[in-house]
Amino acid sequence: MKITFTLNDRPVTADVAPSTLVSDLLRDTLDLTGTHVGCDTSQCGACVIHLNGTSVKSCTLLAASLEGQEVRTVEGLAKGPNELHPMQVAFRENHGLQCGFCTPGMLMASIDLVSKNPDPTEEEVREWLEGNMCRCTGYQNIVKSVIAGAQAMRDAS
Amino acid sequence: MSNVIGVGASPKRKEDLRFVTGRGNYVADIKRPHMKFGIFVRSPHAHALIKSVDVSAALELPGVVAVYTGADMKADNVGGLPVGWGISGKDGNPMKEPPHPPIAHDKVRYVGDAVAFVVAESVEQAEAAAELVEVDYEVLPHVVGVVEALQPGAPQLYDEVPNNLCCDWDLGDKPAVDAAFEAATHVTSIELVNQRLVGNPMEPRAAIGEYDAANGQYTLWTTSQFPHVVRLLMGEMVLGIPQHKLRVVAPDVGGGFGVKQFHYAEEAVVTWAASKLGGAVKWVCQRSEGFISDAHGRDHVTQAELALDADGKFLAMRVQTYANMGGYLSTFGPNIPTNLYAPLLSGVYVIPSIYCGVKVVFTNTVPVDAYRGAGRPEATFVVERLVDTAALEMGIDKFEIRKRNMIPASAYPYQTPVIVEYDSGDPMACLERSMDLADVAGFEARRSASEAKGFYRGLGVSTYVEACGLAPSRLAGQLGARGGLYESANVRVHPSGAITVLIGTHNHGQGHETTFAQIVSERLGVPFENIDIVFGDTDKVQFGMGTYGSRSLVVGGSALNKASDKIILKGRKIAAHQFEAALEDIVFENGEFSVSGTDRKKTFSEIAGAAYVPFDFPLEELEPGLEEQAYYDPVNFTYPGGAHICEVEIDPDTGVVRLDRYTAVDDVGTVINPMIVEGQLQGGIVQGVGQALFEHGVYDEQSGQLMSGSFMDYCMPRADNLPNMVIQPHSTTCAHTPMGVKGCGECGTIGSPAAVINAVVDALKPLGVSHVDMPASPNRIWNIINHSSVRAAAE
Repeated sequence: MKITFTLNDRPVTADVAPSTLVSDLLRDTLDLTGTHVGCDTSQCGACVIHLNGTSVKSCTLLAASLEGQEVRTVEGLAKGPNELHPMQVAFRENHGLQCGFCTPGMLMASIDLVSKNPDPTEEEVREWLEGNMCRCTGYQNIVKSVIAGAQAMRDAS
Repeated sequence: MSNVIGVGASPKRKEDLRFVTGRGNYVADIKRPHMKFGIFVRSPHAHALIKSVDVSAALELPGVVAVYTGADMKADNVGGLPVGWGISGKDGNPMKEPPHPPIAHDKVRYVGDAVAFVVAESVEQAEAAAELVEVDYEVLPHVVGVVEALQPGAPQLYDEVPNNLCCDWDLGDKPAVDAAFEAATHVTSIELVNQRLVGNPMEPRAAIGEYDAANGQYTLWTTSQFPHVVRLLMGEMVLGIPQHKLRVVAPDVGGGFGVKQFHYAEEAVVTWAASKLGGAVKWVCQRSEGFISDAHGRDHVTQAELALDADGKFLAMRVQTYANMGGYLSTFGPNIPTNLYAPLLSGVYVIPSIYCGVKVVFTNTVPVDAYRGAGRPEATFVVERLVDTAALEMGIDKFEIRKRNMIPASAYPYQTPVIVEYDSGDPMACLERSMDLADVAGFEARRSASEAKGFYRGLGVSTYVEACGLAPSRLAGQLGARGGLYESANVRVHPSGAITVLIGTHNHGQGHETTFAQIVSERLGVPFENIDIVFGDTDKVQFGMGTYGSRSLVVGGSALNKASDKIILKGRKIAAHQFEAALEDIVFENGEFSVSGTDRKKTFSEIAGAAYVPFDFPLEELEPGLEEQAYYDPVNFTYPGGAHICEVEIDPDTGVVRLDRYTAVDDVGTVINPMIVEGQLQGGIVQGVGQALFEHGVYDEQSGQLMSGSFMDYCMPRADNLPNMVIQPHSTTCAHTPMGVKGCGECGTIGSPAAVINAVVDALKPLGVSHVDMPASPNRIWNIINHSSVRAAAE
């Protein structure tokens, strides 16, 4: 079936099977491999994208449901190669990543948190990221990054 | 020279830009022309004979290209998966080393053992066909527990391995230890379980094999911590591919923790299938498949005793451990609970004699091998639980008993009774610093506050030492290693003075692209941004043993340091020629070559340029070019160590253990990049906390199934169940590595489980509890509290 939706601010048309997951559509058909798949039980959060501005796990979403919707992936965060999103900058500056595999999902989830709660406490960040697993960092620097990123997003708005 | 970023600085990591923008290049991201997709059919039985495998129905499905069985691989003379480290038992006989076929052909030995490989045009087609592969099994009785597997009458995995005993290994002077126990005033005895863990790097394993018949070239892209070793093991021992015809690429790898430092069956199967089909075949592991096919960690049962005199001084230690190997020997499996375990049982203490026996045992479970820390967390847990228990029994303060027995800084280098000699360390300073930072003095007030809320609060301490920087080849060879353990680095200076480093370690989160560039920037005075680090491709990098055992900076960084020395020497020769001066008069400082005692000087980039324009070089003495390679083989292990203190608060109504405070003071030697070191410690500590509080690879005895086989059942540490940690280095300089570095990757995982469990036991001490097995899960703790006779009496 044919679907048309907005992906990182550009219109996209794709032919998908009824069973195709959004994560597979993005990675295999559209070659946007920044969205990662780290589990098969919708637990790890490496595949988090934005659907109409809200974070969702793309491994649990059917591609067919994207008709007319707006999707943003990690590739669509930076305005240009030298203009990173403030949350991307914050993760870099605070050593909020090691192997980088969970990072796209962490960024997408964190930006959604800040859009809903512009000044989150450490506890709120930890609670919000409960659905995003990281095996490298022990989360401490991710939490630090999100709080710094939230500050930068407030300053920019 | 501007933009030199050297030792002690924390620049932003070079690797991060691609990761934060979604432009990492992991194996699952790679597409090859006309690529096919493979799915493994895996055994649902823990132990069964394979009577037949019928692939005919599967082959008829649309899109299916081939279905391979173990019999097909055997008929093609494919070899078994090799073991990289052999051990010998106390009777002098080598360990039992049964064959490990990449796909089982006669018998399956654990749930998840591969029995067929289906290749199709799409993943969906391969999955559908895999469902149609008919395997006729004759189910056999199975055994999953390490102690049970040794019992008379237990199911036998191999005809040639009586009693499932791979090796009965030991270390130490048993008569001396027994005599010390006879003379002891007090003997503390404990039994403990170091439970099975699943490493779970966030990136699942994946592999793509490709064969180009036109030039006989094979390529394997794999999620590996050591691509050159995979090339050696798979090429030479499994598939018979000459080294020069096999390229192994490990691109960006999403975490390893040991799980990706083995040569796995799937790597050989996709490469072999690619050669049969003449193209590329890709396999990406599902997470639930990873739970039953990634090598697991730990899984020990241990009885340990400590002999003390009347003053609480340690006299001797006696340990008997049962170590589960799973159904086959993984690449380093037998080495982990033996050579990487027993030599660490002295900890940071003076213990005059130590004896350790280890029975290494096959069971019907996923093979067990190294997982972050690998043997050393298990040793530390034994030592620190023994010490805490002895303190409790003898009525000595937990800090006091440690101080009373600690190796004084003045006693280094310190020869332990279990092979290793610690070159440097200051455990007392680490302990005292951690006590200050943790505000141990304020603990009783915090305990009272918790009690007022109806909660239990406990404080736990653990000291530790580890042997890392694997390894001196000479010593490793004596201990059974079947390969050397050096590292290589090539420093390629371009005519502009910019530098490409090719190094044999592998970066999968540790920040090597940054740390190694800092070393070169400092040594050669070259701007940080003009240095790139290349790794993970056997066609680019000369050779290397890869990344594991906290070895990358210690061994790889030292090779890089050595190659930098050679670059400086070559640069001085070029400068001597250009200045018409004697070599011994040329000084290299701050990125400039100068003639001693004069103002004549040239920059590093000027000399680099000159190296490639040798119009007037005396060619018989001075070759053009500026590129040097070094291999570094250490003279000893390195011995990082430290002290960790944690506080937990336990809710008796739920059994939830809340980690409230965590303090770590670690001696990692010279710190190149403090930001990265702290990140390594934070992550390591949380993996140890995961073992202490959450994680458990549970096998059901009746069915032989892995019960905790997904993230729904296997409890991983998450952001909301951890506190911020206080981490500080207190470093002594390693006496034998060129830069004084010791390594830091595993420290956290080694120090933390005992600290957490000691805190949990301390919290429950009022209930008469003297030991809690890991993980201290809500269920386990609730049961302990609610079945406590002390609590029942109080109510």
